[in-house]
Amino acid sequence: MKILVAVKRVADPENLNKIKLSAQGKIDTTGLEPKASPYDDYALEAALRLTENGTNTKARLGEVVVVTFGPKEAESMLRAMLGTGADRAIRVDATDDVLDGDLVARGLKALVDKEKPDLVLLGYQQVESESAQVGAQLAEYLGWPQVTFAGSIKSEDDRALVVGREVEGATAQLRATLPAVVTVLDKIVKPKSVQSKHTSATHAYPEGVRFAALMAIMAAKKKPLAEVKLAELAPDATLKVHYGAAELPPKRAAGVKVKDVKELVSKLKTEAKVI
Amino acid sequence: MAGTLVVAELSEGKVKKATLSAITFAKQTGAPFAILAVGAGAAGAAKELTGFGAQKVITVDDASLAAYTVERFAPSVAKVAKDGGWDTVAVTATAFGKDLAPRLAVKLGAGYAPDISTVKIDGGKRAYRRSQYSGNALGWVEITTPVHVVSVRQTEFPAAEASGGASPVESAAKALDDAAAARVEFLKLETSKSERPDLGEARVVVSGGRALKEQFGQLLNPLADALGAAIGASRAACDAGYAPPEIQVGQTGRTVAPQLYFAIGISGAIQHIAGMKGAKTIVAINKDPDAPIFQISDYGLVADLFTAVPELLAELKAHS
Ligand SMILES: Cc1cc2nc3c(=O)[nH]c(=O)nc-3n(C[C@H](O)[C@H](O)[C@H](O)COP(=O)(O)OP(=O)(O)OC[C@H]3O[C@@H](n4cnc5c(N)ncnc54)[C@H](O)[C@@H]3O)c2cc1C
Ligand SMILES: Nc1ncnc2c1ncn2[C@@H]1O[C@H](COP(=O)(O)O)[C@@H](O)[C@H]1O
Repeated sequence: MKILVAVKRVADPENLNKIKLSAQGKIDTTGLEPKASPYDDYALEAALRLTENGTNTKARLGEVVVVTFGPKEAESMLRAMLGTGADRAIRVDATDDVLDGDLVARGLKALVDKEKPDLVLLGYQQVESESAQVGAQLAEYLGWPQVTFAGSIKSEDDRALVVGREVEGATAQLRATLPAVVTVLDKIVKPKSVQSKHTSATHAYPEGVRFAALMAIMAAKKKPLAEVKLAELAPDATLKVHYGAAELPPKRAAGVKVKDVKELVSKLKTEAKVI
Repeated sequence: MAGTLVVAELSEGKVKKATLSAITFAKQTGAPFAILAVGAGAAGAAKELTGFGAQKVITVDDASLAAYTVERFAPSVAKVAKDGGWDTVAVTATAFGKDLAPRLAVKLGAGYAPDISTVKIDGGKRAYRRSQYSGNALGWVEITTPVHVVSVRQTEFPAAEASGGASPVESAAKALDDAAAARVEFLKLETSKSERPDLGEARVVVSGGRALKEQFGQLLNPLADALGAAIGASRAACDAGYAPPEIQVGQTGRTVAPQLYFAIGISGAIQHIAGMKGAKTIVAINKDPDAPIFQISDYGLVADLFTAVPELLAELKAHS
């Protein structure tokens, strides 16, 4: 199975509460270490799990290609992913200000037409935009089935996947015939969330994503990393949305500490009037 | 017709409450609106939608639409939107709406504003406010295409109340499925039914973290009963198996905005806060005085939860 994984470089997800706002209302992430959006890391982990037998994680039984739309600096993220196990990387040269979700989806569509993967995996949303749109838009541009908010993926025979789609309070089990687009939640990196056709039914992964061994990082320097111009993929770079000045949400002031349960209940009754 | 087409979210032939927030959005724009119900049993559900002042209620009711898959639903929504010439399509910001809207936006050549919390209209120009950067910024987005698609965050738009009147109901034919529809098969829905109020709609939410261990249910069930509350959990509590995964609150769980939120034995990680900081009053019980949750809570109690929770229950009972 050949899998394309879309990954976005973002400011440190654990420290987004430290972002600042410029006088013009531009979001300033200086000082925050750039990383892959976490759900995209999980998408890569899912892709690796789908192309191996679980026990020999070095033998790639398929191909995993990572792609980002981003600036030159995003290449270190791609290199790290090559070290983790991806076979090839593609960087589409662009900066956030010339992109919107729709344009990324159109660019990805053109790439998919060239690369012809069986599956495209994406994070369900990236933590900066919080849009949760690129995967579904890509699926529509391709005319492919989509399964968004996936918490589990089982590949039956590399021609179809059974995917658990998380909806409020329930899981919908869907069978999607490949090629298809799937967007993943964090649940996808639980020990038994992904099962390739090569994996035994009892195989359990360690929780979370794998990390690259030093040797693998060195070896990854030789793996191909291609650069593509955005205009080659999407000649029409018109954006469908435009972001104006942002605001910081009202800060919740830390409230009071109560000394005991009695005081808590009394304050909830008489001050907050919520019980 | 310029105005908004509100796409109702149905479940087992009933209208989901998130739909009423999308109706409120439509009313706030001031333009006329219609409500579209798609699904097997939509004609029956339409009765629930006629009292909100919509110009009409449109149904697409077909046996092949028994289970939701976007490849079967989106074409009909797109066709009704185009045929009616609606300039805005509003859906719920749920797993349903957020799956449907992007696909629909592409079909309509429309810009999409996901998960909006506010609409502002200034000289005929609209801007939509939405959460970004994991809830740490609010972006104002303008759509540059003639048609807008938006998904409406339930916790930010109050549920519309029926205003009487009776919108006429008309039915529309189902559009042809996407070619991809043949490649998606709905197998089953695994649900765990709960007698408690829905997390997204409850007035009070009692959430527990990893610290509750195996006593999660034993401690929180009676408290939730006493408060008529829904129960939520941190991801760590769900991961450890103390709480079922469906009740996770946060970035990858439910977004809640109740009147009163209890965070019990929850540290207050950025991803948890993203899902509950819209609550009106936040109470935290934690034995660590420096737990980050105290930075956003209105009332903090530094205590061992294993004694504080039973005490709280007793105190509530004594005063009820
Ligand atoms: C991509 C990503 C997405 C995530 N999404 C979510 C999400 O949607 N929701 C979510 O909740 N998390 C999410 N997380 C996980 C999050 O980062 C935290 O790990 C998690 O919220 C911690 O849960 P917790 O507070 O229960 O556990 P801990 O961090 O272990 O905190 C336990 C707390 O209990 C207190 N405590 C211990 N014993 C007692 C006692 N006897 N009495 C009183 N207090 C006590 C401790 O002081 C501590 O503050 C996500 C993480 C990532 C990376
Ligand atoms: N600039 C980008 N480059 C590569 N992939 C992206 C980019 N933006 C979004 N994506 C992918 O689309 C997913 C959803 O993003 P969004 O719709 O912006 O929330 C992300 O998790 C990525 O997998």
